[in-house]
Amino acid sequence: MTEQEIFEKVQGIVVEQLDVDAAAVKMDADIKEDLEADSLDVFEIMNELEDELDIKLEADENVKTIKDVVEYVKKEVAAK
Amino acid sequence: MENIRISKIASYVPSKVITNDDLGEIMDTSDEWISSRTGIKKRHISVSENTSELCIKVAEKLLQESDWECASIDLIIVATMSPDSYTPATAALVQGKIGATNAVAFDISAACSGFVYGLTVAQSFLMQNEIKKVMLIGGEVLSKVIDWSERSSAVLFGDGAAGVLLEKSTKQSAFLAHDLKTYGELGDKLKAGETKPIESFPRTKEHVISGFSMSGRDVYTFATHKVPESIVTASKKAGLELEQIDWFVMHQANSRIVEQIAKKLKQPISKFPMNIEEYGNTSAASVPLLLDELVKSEKIKRGQVIALSGFGGGLTVGTQIIKY
Repeated sequence: MTEQEIFEKVQGIVVEQLDVDAAAVKMDADIKEDLEADSLDVFEIMNELEDELDIKLEADENVKTIKDVVEYVKKEVAAK
Repeated sequence: MENIRISKIASYVPSKVITNDDLGEIMDTSDEWISSRTGIKKRHISVSENTSELCIKVAEKLLQESDWECASIDLIIVATMSPDSYTPATAALVQGKIGATNAVAFDISAACSGFVYGLTVAQSFLMQNEIKKVMLIGGEVLSKVIDWSERSSAVLFGDGAAGVLLEKSTKQSAFLAHDLKTYGELGDKLKAGETKPIESFPRTKEHVISGFSMSGRDVYTFATHKVPESIVTASKKAGLELEQIDWFVMHQANSRIVEQIAKKLKQPISKFPMNIEEYGNTSAASVPLLLDELVKSEKIKRGQVIALSGFGGGLTVGTQIIKY
């Protein structure tokens, strides 16, 4: 998967879970601060990514922004 | 084939109500924080009554509403994770107090799945000829178990009890199918009341029973995956499509979990009634507490198909599909 493909996957899941505009889900957006996610939203975003990409993600991993999520997913997909 | 039915249902909660704002005064939390993450607005807390006393109140109500003689009860089961003591069983205390002299009584420890596990245990007993009348109660005083200085779990729980009378049925009511599963390898993800060996003899360390601990994400992930799976498995066994199930009566752990279960099953959230706002998570009591409310308000009617699901410590999950 390319970084762009991973970003689009993350974006789709975040839009669905947080009910926000796709345009707001930018690489530098802070998930909790800018997109107003709470801890359960983060669980759900991680769970959706795990289920769709068949990888394992820790929710307490250092993920703050969308970019952090994309890079974390990229690393785990590569390690599969 | 002979089947069984829930003939009566009753509940009892302690009168003291603690709102989220009340909690905000004793710990760093707020109504907004708690209600947006859990759906909980308040909980009932027992200051003076123990678990058996809540269960006895339910037992007395059940007997008042039925024409059962105490001596005719064959079996009393209490599902609880907060019993009065290691022994006697809470069910034995109920049996003794109401004078059900011919009943065998024991507890089931399956945390928030306890009531649903209990329905299946009761069903197995009722399939034997000599067992005809069963009282099953889910009761908890979780306020004595939780660590009130630990806000992440203290905000979640409440106290209460509710139960049912079960008997053989010749009418349209029936237990259709069930699915129970236990994931012991995940047991450490949700713990309460853990005890430790003495470490040295004679004992030098103080006797400590730990409070409540939970790995939030693991339990969330477990619930949102395994509960839908359990409901699908049970409905297949019953030969039913999910659309044919009128109500999904879920353990009230967190409204967000229930919403996610509805979403995974692609069923309208209107089929997933909730009362967590009023009671918080009452573990083994939550499913019958909600069922009682729905039956009394005539939302649930005789002949309707209901999926009852519990999930929690063990980790355990269970679904029983009944025609009420």
